[in-house]
Amino acid sequence: MNISVMLAALPDLLRAVPLTMELVALALLVGLLIALPTALARLSNVAPLRWGATAYVFFFRGTPLLVQIFLIYYGLSQFAAVRSSIAWVILKEPFWCALIALSLNTGAYTAEVFRGGILSVPHNQIEAARAIGMSPVAAFRRVIWPQAIRQALPAYGNEMILMVKASSLASTVTLMEITGVARTLASDTYMPIEIFTTAALIYLCLTYAMAQAIHLVERRLDVTRTRA
Amino acid sequence: MFNLDGFGPLLLQGTLVTLQLSLASLAIGLVLGLLGATMKLSRFRLLRALAGTYTAVIRGVPELIVILFIYYGGVILLNNLAHGLGYKGYIDVSGFSAGVIALSLTFGAYATEIFRGGIAAVPGNQIEAARAIGMAQTTIFRRILLPQVWRFALPGLGNVFLVIIKETALVSVIGLDELMRKTDIAVGYTKKPFTFYLFAACIYMVITAITMQMQRQLERRANRGVAGRAGA
Repeated sequence: MNISVMLAALPDLLRAVPLTMELVALALLVGLLIALPTALARLSNVAPLRWGATAYVFFFRGTPLLVQIFLIYYGLSQFAAVRSSIAWVILKEPFWCALIALSLNTGAYTAEVFRGGILSVPHNQIEAARAIGMSPVAAFRRVIWPQAIRQALPAYGNEMILMVKASSLASTVTLMEITGVARTLASDTYMPIEIFTTAALIYLCLTYAMAQAIHLVERRLDVTRTRA
Repeated sequence: MFNLDGFGPLLLQGTLVTLQLSLASLAIGLVLGLLGATMKLSRFRLLRALAGTYTAVIRGVPELIVILFIYYGGVILLNNLAHGLGYKGYIDVSGFSAGVIALSLTFGAYATEIFRGGIAAVPGNQIEAARAIGMAQTTIFRRILLPQVWRFALPGLGNVFLVIIKETALVSVIGLDELMRKTDIAVGYTKKPFTFYLFAACIYMVITAITMQMQRQLERRANRGVAGRAGA
């Protein structure tokens, strides 16, 4: 292992960290916005809503992320209507396509995490909330959601870490995030061991920092812990 | 439903390679997982540290980086080692073996945690009882631990295997002719990316659905004789 090669590659790889973080942060944000309505639709009494949400979740959890990225980036260009539409401004950019694919992907997984959290709230609490005259929205906001999110947080934390790892697939549609830069450097220098080890170390730092942050939030939300 | 322009047989070949890759990684990954769990529960600090580093690294680094490292870096490491041992020729690492190594390492890391949890879930007094009636260490493992660990671990292992099936698509990046790469080839000829990637997606969904069904069967079998679980 050649340490000087690793040190020489470090600035280039570190310059790619903001793009990786940007992809992850935006995908998680959009994913959250998709996940909550999807989880509620999965639990809804309205059959078409339930079917739609179930189909969405099944597709995005049942197929590889790589296929999803390629379907959006390469696939949509098959249709002349898409290419001539206003949406093409966005859909021809690898960044937006990768972001759309990552968001839809994490949205499906997160919806299942939330669904589990919501289902974990005892039903008699909901009945009690309704009995004292809370509206369904108020009961959800004040009784169900605070408990559901606490229950779901460990699984959601895992999903956040998986997203950091998943963002590396953006390199397959030419995005120069950490993995993209690493692949270019590895083929330029013929030093794949040093370059990929350095990239792996950067990812380890990112996922470790994320795990610590999640742990902190979990502790704050833990009501059974007495405040010091 | 799909007009495949005669690329059907090609995609079928790719699907078979995808299945071989998944199953080979599952088999080796299970062994790695059992080994890792045993190391993590070992009395020796060195073994515990080794297994801990292994799972932390694999679970914190993208699978794509692991695959690229093993494919491009593994060749160099292997040849350096071979030359050090006096071998003069050049050893090539195939995309398939690089893929199997990378994916089994991934499966093994997650399986380590699952098996560790499963072993911890077996009540300790059962092991004491088994020892008290004179069972040998290996017999205890085979007759007391393994059947119960298997039952506790199955749901988790099934989930990780589903993840691994989907991650086989990443091995197309290093040129292995599995389903995804064959689909790329078909797209290159026909210029119909949506049709073919959607078809590939459907094949992955079918594999996923069948795997989930088999997992359910296995779980039912592993849970037979357990009150409230069997035949559910």
